[in-house]
Amino acid sequence: MYTVKRKTLKMQLRWSINAVLICALFLALNLLTQNVLSTYQNKVLLLVGINMILAVSLNVATGYLGQLPLGHAGFMAVGAYTCALFTKYSPLPENLNGLSFALGLFLGAVMAGVFGILIGIPALRLTGDYLAILTLGFGEIIRITLNNIDDVLGFDLFYGSRGLKNIPKYSNYWTVFLCVVITCFAIHAMMKSRHGRAVLAIRDNEIAAESCGIQTTYYKVMAFSFSAAFAGLAGGLYACYLGVLDPGSFGFMKSIEILVMVVLGGMGSMLGSILSAGVLTILPEALRSFADYRMVIYSLVLVLMMIFRPGGLLGSYDFSLSRIIEKAMNWKSTGKEGADQ
Amino acid sequence: MTVFFSQLINGLSLGSIYALIALGYSMVYGIILLLNFAHGDIIMVGAYMSWFVMSQLGLGPVTAVCASVITCTVLGVVIEKIAYTPLRSAPRISLLITAIGVSFFLEYTTELLLGSGAKVIPAYFEARAFRLGGVNLGLTSIITLAVTVASMLALSFLVRQTRLGKAMRAVSEDMDAARLMGVNVNSTISFTFAVGSALAGIGSVLYCCSYPQATPTMGSMLGLKAFVAAVLGGIGSIPGAMIGGLAIGVCESFVSAIGLSAWRDAVTFAILILVLLIKPTGFLGRKVQEKV
Amino acid sequence: MKKLISRRQFLAAAGVVAAAGVLTACGSSSESTGAAASTAGSTAAAGGDTIKIGMLAPLTGDVSIYGLAVSNGAQLYIEQVNAAGGINGKQIEVQLMDEQGDATQAVNCFTQMVDNGITALIGDVTTGPTLAVVAESQEYNMPMVSASATAEAVTYDAETDTVYTNVFRTTFTDPYQGIKMADYAYEKLGYTKAAVIFQKGADYNEGLAENFELEFAANGGEIVASESYSEGDVDFKTQLTTILNANPEVVFCPNYYEDVGQILAQAESVGLDVPFLGGDGWDGVTGYATADQVADSFFCANYAVGAAPEFESAYEEKYGETYPNGFAPLGYDAAVTVCYGLAAAEEAGLEPATDEYKQAVIDAIKNGTIEGVTGTFTFDEHNNPVKTAAILAFDNGAAILKEQY
Repeated sequence: MYTVKRKTLKMQLRWSINAVLICALFLALNLLTQNVLSTYQNKVLLLVGINMILAVSLNVATGYLGQLPLGHAGFMAVGAYTCALFTKYSPLPENLNGLSFALGLFLGAVMAGVFGILIGIPALRLTGDYLAILTLGFGEIIRITLNNIDDVLGFDLFYGSRGLKNIPKYSNYWTVFLCVVITCFAIHAMMKSRHGRAVLAIRDNEIAAESCGIQTTYYKVMAFSFSAAFAGLAGGLYACYLGVLDPGSFGFMKSIEILVMVVLGGMGSMLGSILSAGVLTILPEALRSFADYRMVIYSLVLVLMMIFRPGGLLGSYDFSLSRIIEKAMNWKSTGKEGADQ
Repeated sequence: MTVFFSQLINGLSLGSIYALIALGYSMVYGIILLLNFAHGDIIMVGAYMSWFVMSQLGLGPVTAVCASVITCTVLGVVIEKIAYTPLRSAPRISLLITAIGVSFFLEYTTELLLGSGAKVIPAYFEARAFRLGGVNLGLTSIITLAVTVASMLALSFLVRQTRLGKAMRAVSEDMDAARLMGVNVNSTISFTFAVGSALAGIGSVLYCCSYPQATPTMGSMLGLKAFVAAVLGGIGSIPGAMIGGLAIGVCESFVSAIGLSAWRDAVTFAILILVLLIKPTGFLGRKVQEKV
Repeated sequence: MKKLISRRQFLAAAGVVAAAGVLTACGSSSESTGAAASTAGSTAAAGGDTIKIGMLAPLTGDVSIYGLAVSNGAQLYIEQVNAAGGINGKQIEVQLMDEQGDATQAVNCFTQMVDNGITALIGDVTTGPTLAVVAESQEYNMPMVSASATAEAVTYDAETDTVYTNVFRTTFTDPYQGIKMADYAYEKLGYTKAAVIFQKGADYNEGLAENFELEFAANGGEIVASESYSEGDVDFKTQLTTILNANPEVVFCPNYYEDVGQILAQAESVGLDVPFLGGDGWDGVTGYATADQVADSFFCANYAVGAAPEFESAYEEKYGETYPNGFAPLGYDAAVTVCYGLAAAEEAGLEPATDEYKQAVIDAIKNGTIEGVTGTFTFDEHNNPVKTAAILAFDNGAAILKEQY
């Protein structure tokens, strides 16, 4: 069997195929947003993008690392407030708004990542339920702090429960699309690297991984803060999408909402997270008149999913165009042998 | 000084409700290692049951108490049978997500059926306050504390002295070995859920004595606090849950008393985090050796 | 395999492209949204004999009890107008959307309504989502009347000292009620030592408490204790014990009636038996507190029970229950206000959903005198209603009008 050389695509060819496809998708969507979709539909589209980033980023911690953090909304809040404060009080001149937005998003992501490390180091010493409850606690602490911070520090920067207003609304189709692509790319690249394999090894068997010389704590914290950083990026986009921030919107419920997206799509599947983020953002909009039943259905889906298909809709399947092309190439030329591999 | 004692009593009465709920949490966690998120919502259902019996059917408080406890017990067992039993061999993360799902299902179904507004639960008995050397002693606080201690003692007796208790301890030690020894694992687990949920039922009644309103989401924060209490005391330990609950209650009370009430939940979680970092097994928990 | 481009280089390149994209993207954002908005406007103007208005409220979720009351009240009035022949012969078509108490959802709903060609908006109900919708509504200059968002920031932005000209409300603001009750407690009732217990982290409660404290102290009274709690708390015994030990003559409790019920019950159990005062959040407290607990208590409200019996009976007839709380009459008045504006714009013969039409609605409301069930009111320079407060007392547990103050 092994004697037959399997045909593969060259790496640069893979890159360029994907790059071309992304550009094509961008142009197609761009055409759609400008000509077909209404203002409302465009707004929902932005939200879909933001939720995709959130779901994909949580998937790193849940699907790839195998932990269950329940405080993802907390990281989103950190990113959102950092980005909002930076863009709002940005020292940069008017004509450099784009730069200030980019910097704001970057700072938001970094800040959330730093929080990820700070929270990750203690939290990841524990596992399973303890970790879940600890991250939940941290998420709540972040929210409560944002709500009351003005009292402590004595200055009105965050506006606490009154809501941070007048955040410049920079988020648009362009930027969100770009951020989604960057997020997916960065996570994909990370997961295909040595670090990613270490993370997967920890998920599958921590003790075995440790005995193979993988520094479990280091990789766990790394994956965790990676996940947090992209949640922060999504938060920044969200802040500049809505223009108003209120700590109440980053509660436990938001974390659960993101978790449902990941679970439904399949823990460990990026494509699953992306698809379910899209579906779960658009579906409630379409079913607004049935909003009464929305949460009941959500919860039933969670339970039934766990009982009948614990891996989620797509399991850990991930889409890879190159793999399909390669399969096709091998099937054509060598028939059965290629398929055996 | 009298202020101090008054606040201490407020804290103890709040804490004993946490403790009672934490006992149920702790038992369930001890036996199948499941963080039963739905535990708090079982209390919510119990509270609505009390409201329904007294306010809608116009029956007496004794019937209401019985109805609440029975409903909670049955509900706990039904949830275990439907949602948790099929997942016994599944990864822990699936179980946890299921528990979250069940919890939301109970909350939102209640909201759908009865609306989000609070329902007022009529008083079970006439509230009275005694003054003892300047310290104010509410009858409710005394009853709450007494019932909690009695429940804890009864539970200890059940677990330590009876055959069923022995079976429970065996299952929690090693499920497969217990099965080989002829213990009926399924019925033991169901029994544990029944006992835990019955405690939740008692907890719901006590809760409603002190805070006579039922809302669909009342259980979620309560459940979380109780879980914090259980972890604090050492999960799986009966006196631990008691100590943890009282500690959290007293602590919350003093945080509010010094004027930081807005930070109350934050302080509770901060304590949890500290305890988990310094002594992950809690005050009275045992260290479990990891098996390869 | 030999790689021509290393991963690191690719990342660097991606970063550069990203930065460039962000820079160019921001420049063009404002034009595109503007264009989209005007197309939406022109397509919607086609529908001739109806006037479309939007209504935004949380109909499910934690705060649905308020949202339902507002939307029921408002729909009641719209139905009455339609039954009487509509405005200028045109029926009013209401698009009611559920925002579930969430700011993001609220903005989505609002944009969808704009796409559907609404001319005015009744809503939103709670402050958080309302602020988000206000920010969004600026682009469209959409007339909006909130029934119940009390925060000052809803109509006036203190940061930039600008008034949101298109936003009105029919309820009092937070400061107004706090000041009213402080004056009433000190001057009318003769109390000199007051305590305050309020929910922190909620601007309604904080606003009332803060202004009460300032005004009461300015009058010469003394605030002996100021205690707070946070959202979702059910245990107030600690705070009430602290208040008990400070020995006040009266306690100001500017919270919503569900919490008030808990606080009154627990005050009784810790032995605190002084009278309580409250704001319009108390409207609905009947049934949540016993007659004993509210004896000698007063609260100020937008609507005094029994002030407009025809409203109350119409509500009961339509929904099969008495109006649940003070939000319902305010919702009714929000609808009255919007219809007042619409009538003026119709009179001027303008085409619905055009920019001139919206401006005409705004101008009419701004300069008009609205006759609603919560009183006859005009709007001040910050678009807040100017009206007297009803002071309510309790008779055997039921709220009754004491006087207008």
